[in-house]
Amino acid sequence: MNHKKGIRTRRGANIKIKGGAEKILGNEPQSTTFAIYPDDFFSLIPKLLLKEGDVVKRGTPIFYSKENPDIQIVSPVAGKIEQIVRGPKRKIERIIIQAAQEQEVELLAIKDIEELSAAEIKDILLRSGAWAFIQQRPYGVIADPNSTPKALFVSAVDTAPLSVDFEFLLKNQKEAFKMGIKVLSKLIGQAVQLGVSPLEISHYEALEDVDLYTVEGPHPAGNVSVHIHHFNPINPGEKVWVVQPEDVSNIGRLFQEKSFSSKRIVAVVGNAVGKPHYINTTLGAEVAPLLEMATVTSENSRIINGDVFTGTATASNGHLGYFNNQLTIIPEGNQYRMFGWLPFVDNAIPSLSKTSFSWFLGKNGYDVNTNLNGEERALVVTGEMEKLLPMNLFPMQLLKACMAQDIEKMEALGIYEVVSEDFGLIDFANTSKIEAQQIIQDAIALMIKEVG
Amino acid sequence: MNAIRRQFDKIRRPFEKGQKLERFAPAINAFETFLFVPNHTTQKGAHIRDAVDLKRTMVTVILALMPALFYGIYNTGYQHFNQLGEAFTFWDAFMHGAWKIVPMIIVSYIVGLSIEFAFAVYRGHEVNEGYLVTGLLIPMIMPVDIPLWMVAISVAFAVLIAKEAFGGTGMNILNPALTARAFAFFAYPTYMSGNKVWVSEASAVDGISGETILGALAAGGNVQYSFFEMFEGAIPGSIAETSTLWIAVGALILIVTGIGSWRIIAGGILGAALMGFLFNLWSANPLMSFSWVNHLVVGGFAFGIVFMATDPVSAAQTTKGKWIYGVLVGIFCIMIRVFNPAYPEGVMLAILLMNVFAPTIDHYVVNANIQKRKKRWLTQQENLKTA
Repeated sequence: MNHKKGIRTRRGANIKIKGGAEKILGNEPQSTTFAIYPDDFFSLIPKLLLKEGDVVKRGTPIFYSKENPDIQIVSPVAGKIEQIVRGPKRKIERIIIQAAQEQEVELLAIKDIEELSAAEIKDILLRSGAWAFIQQRPYGVIADPNSTPKALFVSAVDTAPLSVDFEFLLKNQKEAFKMGIKVLSKLIGQAVQLGVSPLEISHYEALEDVDLYTVEGPHPAGNVSVHIHHFNPINPGEKVWVVQPEDVSNIGRLFQEKSFSSKRIVAVVGNAVGKPHYINTTLGAEVAPLLEMATVTSENSRIINGDVFTGTATASNGHLGYFNNQLTIIPEGNQYRMFGWLPFVDNAIPSLSKTSFSWFLGKNGYDVNTNLNGEERALVVTGEMEKLLPMNLFPMQLLKACMAQDIEKMEALGIYEVVSEDFGLIDFANTSKIEAQQIIQDAIALMIKEVG
Repeated sequence: MNAIRRQFDKIRRPFEKGQKLERFAPAINAFETFLFVPNHTTQKGAHIRDAVDLKRTMVTVILALMPALFYGIYNTGYQHFNQLGEAFTFWDAFMHGAWKIVPMIIVSYIVGLSIEFAFAVYRGHEVNEGYLVTGLLIPMIMPVDIPLWMVAISVAFAVLIAKEAFGGTGMNILNPALTARAFAFFAYPTYMSGNKVWVSEASAVDGISGETILGALAAGGNVQYSFFEMFEGAIPGSIAETSTLWIAVGALILIVTGIGSWRIIAGGILGAALMGFLFNLWSANPLMSFSWVNHLVVGGFAFGIVFMATDPVSAAQTTKGKWIYGVLVGIFCIMIRVFNPAYPEGVMLAILLMNVFAPTIDHYVVNANIQKRKKRWLTQQENLKTA
């Protein structure tokens, strides 16, 4: 282990929302169906390997990437493919798997980690399906197995509202996490960069093969883009890989148990949740049993896979996403507010603007809802976005370049250094209600198409 | 609230999608969003949103304008009765001012909003709230006796040429309210300058001394007001620009709520003070020897730097750029005052000039960031070559 000088950011903001998870770990509920949303893998075009009715084990490949057939997504459970839900233009929206009673697994022949070379590790990760846990920057897509990254970052700090505490999450999987770090550092031939909270650093000090750094500051300080920007900014042509902490454990378990691991501990949180706490489950699990365990209090509510800034909405018959550790439920906000645009009115709504007393009233957390609190307007107010992004770039100018689809300018202003989640707070706070994340996502899709 | 809501739902039915008045939906939407914050929920991106929106931002600016406006209304009456030498009460003065100024505000809003609504319907977008501020600013910076039809034409010119021609709210280069004033200034100079226009109904009376302080100085005259009179604002001038005291209250509202950029305001004061001080050292004519402290409180400088220069659309947009922009507005304002006797007040031209240069300032600030990034790329490539 090696200590690096930490990061301390000032720009950004924490929004405290009611319904944070208590540190209680619920047992895995009985889920009858599991699902994979191909949209969880940005810019991946799925090619199905199986059809409805086919039997799968945990670890059986279900589809692969059209772009790179080595990348395959495997089933998180054993069972039968019940339904392939398609949307417009026959786009695959969701693959639903009916779980079997007997949980069979695809066993892989894996030697002891000490005897494996980097190439062999890569081969195992690809064959097992665990490669999908490795994300690549720029762009935030599944890592290209043919590329070499200049670094691999893991951020065990999440600063988003109601986010999980990774120390609690990883408490019972220390061995797997350690193994995962070892696998990853062997894969890339260098130490893994691990960002932790200064309060929790002691829990990681026993790790080998890591460069440990502390992260302090308001959201989005925990975003790994901020760390990469700070330590090792991405230049054109360079790649940095990113893995989520719990997926490090999943990768570790793959090498311990010789089969694909799909464990997830999910925090069910939000101000529409009666008993917010952590629940042991599996990626792609049904959300309904989780909602029941945490007792959702509001009928008219939105279920979000992820946090309130970056998550995707799902229905009550929906399933967990591939990557999220958090299921947020907040009330819908489809009500009118008379003269709600007057300054210093409706102060219970969180606001980073000083045209409301909400900064004063939010000590115990806010009750939030999904109301847009206005309508989209032209970009007028300046300077508010810069205050929310702790990076040395100009977010508004970058957004404008993205809207204009000016690739050269996007490059010059730093599109390689951001992904859409970094603009989540800007989405929330900007006066003109500009969909900043969507703009960045579309721009990155354009970059992938035009530049690659 | 529910009864009003139900009533409104009934009224807006013909404007819904597929109904016969669908094209005019932006107009009815503008009224609806005035009454209610809509029930729209987030469809993509962040699921929760800040309570602030453009309407709230603009209304905050209007609030900040109120002290200066009310003082301006009172001062209009005060100047009128004072110059006539009549006895009057506070209410006499206030009512006289209101009788003069309220029609100007109404004309400005009717003309400007009609054009905005027409463009919103024609272009099929929602009505932006920017004009709520512009429409109030325009009468506030006019001489009190300007005919209403001139206000109407200036407003139409500003909205059409300065704003909609560039693509509407958020796209304009020049501050629309100042453009309206500049238009009136050059189109109808006899109504916009001289020593008769600043006091209500002064042209009907002989022997009035209604010239502004800067006008008097430019003509080589003396100032017969003390610093505190100038600061408090009981002096002739455009309607709401005379009272630095009440403008400062507005500035405080803008800065505390974070709506106006304190960097631009501070930069402007710094620039003007510096320039005034340098001219004081030179002291070649009455305007040059006019103390730099007094320069800050006379004329439209305070109003301009607080309410005009801080318009986020036409000002510089980067943090560094705002400082540079503010300082330059201050410097040019005093420079124009001193060097060009034809325009005793320089702040209007200084701000319009810097509006034009604001994108250039931003270009260089942003470019510094771009160059830094490019340099990093080059060092990386060289490192790769040597490796």
